[in-house]
Amino acid sequence: MIAPDWFREDRLPHIYCTGCGNGTVINCTLAAVEEMGWKRDETVFVSGIGCSSRAPGYILADSLHTTHGRALAFATGVKMARPEFNVVVFTGDGDLAAIGGNHFIHACRRNVDMTVVCMNNHIYGMTGGQGSPTTPPGAISSTTPYGASEPAFDLAELAIAAGANHVARWTSYHVKELTKAVAVGMQTPGLSFIEVRTQCPTNYGRHNKLRTVSAMVEYIRSHAMLVEKYNRLTAEGKPIPEGTFTVGELVRRNRPAMGVRR
Amino acid sequence: MQGNTACAEGALAAGCRFFGGYPITPSTEVAEAMARRLPKAGGVFISMEDELASMAAVIGAAWTGVRSMTATSGPGFSLMMENIGYAAMTETPCVVVNVQRGGPSTGQPTRAAQGDMLQCRFGSHGDYSTIALTPNSVQEMFDLTVKAFDLADRFRVPTFLMADEIVGHMRERVTIRDPAAIVPPRPLAEGSLPFEAGEDGVPGFAPFGSGRSVHVTGLTHNERGYPDTTDPEAHDKLVRRLITKIESARREIADYEVKNPDAETVFVTYGPPSRTVEQVIQDRSDDSIGHLRLRLVWPFPEFALEEFPNAKVFLMPELNMGQMVREVQRHVDQPVVSLPKIGGELHTPAELVRALEAHR
Ligand SMILES: Cc1ncc(C[n+]2csc(CCOP(=O)(O)OP(=O)(O)O)c2C)c(N)n1
Ligand code: SF4
Repeated sequence: MIAPDWFREDRLPHIYCTGCGNGTVINCTLAAVEEMGWKRDETVFVSGIGCSSRAPGYILADSLHTTHGRALAFATGVKMARPEFNVVVFTGDGDLAAIGGNHFIHACRRNVDMTVVCMNNHIYGMTGGQGSPTTPPGAISSTTPYGASEPAFDLAELAIAAGANHVARWTSYHVKELTKAVAVGMQTPGLSFIEVRTQCPTNYGRHNKLRTVSAMVEYIRSHAMLVEKYNRLTAEGKPIPEGTFTVGELVRRNRPAMGVRR
Repeated sequence: MQGNTACAEGALAAGCRFFGGYPITPSTEVAEAMARRLPKAGGVFISMEDELASMAAVIGAAWTGVRSMTATSGPGFSLMMENIGYAAMTETPCVVVNVQRGGPSTGQPTRAAQGDMLQCRFGSHGDYSTIALTPNSVQEMFDLTVKAFDLADRFRVPTFLMADEIVGHMRERVTIRDPAAIVPPRPLAEGSLPFEAGEDGVPGFAPFGSGRSVHVTGLTHNERGYPDTTDPEAHDKLVRRLITKIESARREIADYEVKNPDAETVFVTYGPPSRTVEQVIQDRSDDSIGHLRLRLVWPFPEFALEEFPNAKVFLMPELNMGQMVREVQRHVDQPVVSLPKIGGELHTPAELVRALEAHR
């Protein structure tokens, strides 16, 4: 599963908390890169700001750790200037959906040929656990001490509506499925968006009655429902349990894309 | 040809092959010309969703080793500031054209101003240095754009073409020169770390794809490029170098014209107000009025003021409430008179003659 050739071992120790889901997502992404057989000098990792956005710093390749929310705009410049590069973006829910929301919809609309992996921990992790646009209603965070009162964004649905060619959602529990989804994304021309629901034990779990890492992973796993099952239940008019979200490949299509290798 | 078109032609001649921008008066024609010309030149034009994205895309493209540029005006320039600071911190060579208009805020979209002169030096947070050129003609929109790319590459720094509505929209005859051979940034030497600077303070450049696995971050970083955010010495060393590499080369970078160096009354100008001063000087039969015209204002070439050993007073007409005048005042003992003008029009020769008589 692990792709040691792609790690910057001289960067260790990393900054992630014990039990953080980000490491798993990095591992799965690198396993997919390995599967693709990409060359190091043709692969660029880009990110914004946040715990999740630190990922490129631990990867041995050209990597651009940019400003908060702007990763997709930077990545668009890289990919459009040099379409022969493979471009992978790591981003967080705050980075992507809050400050970077506009860049997100436009990158999907342009369908720029790159792979975007979003570690959605439902919180601003790096700044200490404030509510983000994906914080579930009712959840406790340092800026929603009485429970989040705003509706949450469904990032995958947003990407589909905005025009991305490939959209999938998994969790940090589903390592095999996630790895496969990232690899499919890398093979699909156009923008591939992979949302990963992941645990932030430090800033989310602790405040929301999910005190251990395993409790939080189990919570995420048990609320994930395969999109096929979800569609079947809905068609049959059967009830969907509260808090359920779909996982699986949500879209794969072949709309016109930009920056596809010449 | 129009000034903005000349700017685009200059960029093309300089080998610019990436433009990311967002339309704003009075800079729009730069983007329009690039949209027409770049695809045919094998380059990429992209209309981004806003100026934050434009500046981001330009930096991303620049790191692939492609000469890259954006063009904007006041409000868009303000939006670019965070990423301009990022470009300074990461030593990304790129060119930002600001065809200035009247501000603050959306102000006067179609009127000329020079109100962003301090913003281009200090606009982003933290300490850093940049290079800013100030054309006063359509020919200089071409020439100084070419020069901006060379300086950006030589010093690995975001470089500004601080134009304005007058030079942007004016039409004049232009000679399209074949620029001298394009000199890319010095490549990163074998065995050197990606942010390890040589004697001149400028590190070699290893763009993406050159096999060096460079990590680029806006965080305070060491010479390897890795974050090192809590060590006071690491921060001091990096930021001091970013400033010193520009400031210590001010004589090499400087670009100015001197007229009547023996004069006692000396105008100091940059951009279009210089043209009114030229008129005033031409209208006189003697050499009693000196003129220092800056084609480049940052880093500020204070030694140029010494070219006027007999100067008793410096007069500074600017299309703002007095921005660069502070820089002149800082460096001379003589009185320095600010002649501010806002609202979108140039000083008339008569206005300058009146000021001349009042302060002689
Ligand atoms: C312009 C700007 N605003 C705010 C911040 C502060 N900031 C840093 S990380 C962050 C939130 C990160 O949250 P997310 O993207 O969800 O990533 P996570 O840390 O949870 O992985 C914020 C608000 C910043 N760096 N820049
Ligand atoms: S704060 Fe949360 S997201 Fe950040 S490293 Fe810790 S567990 Fe991971």
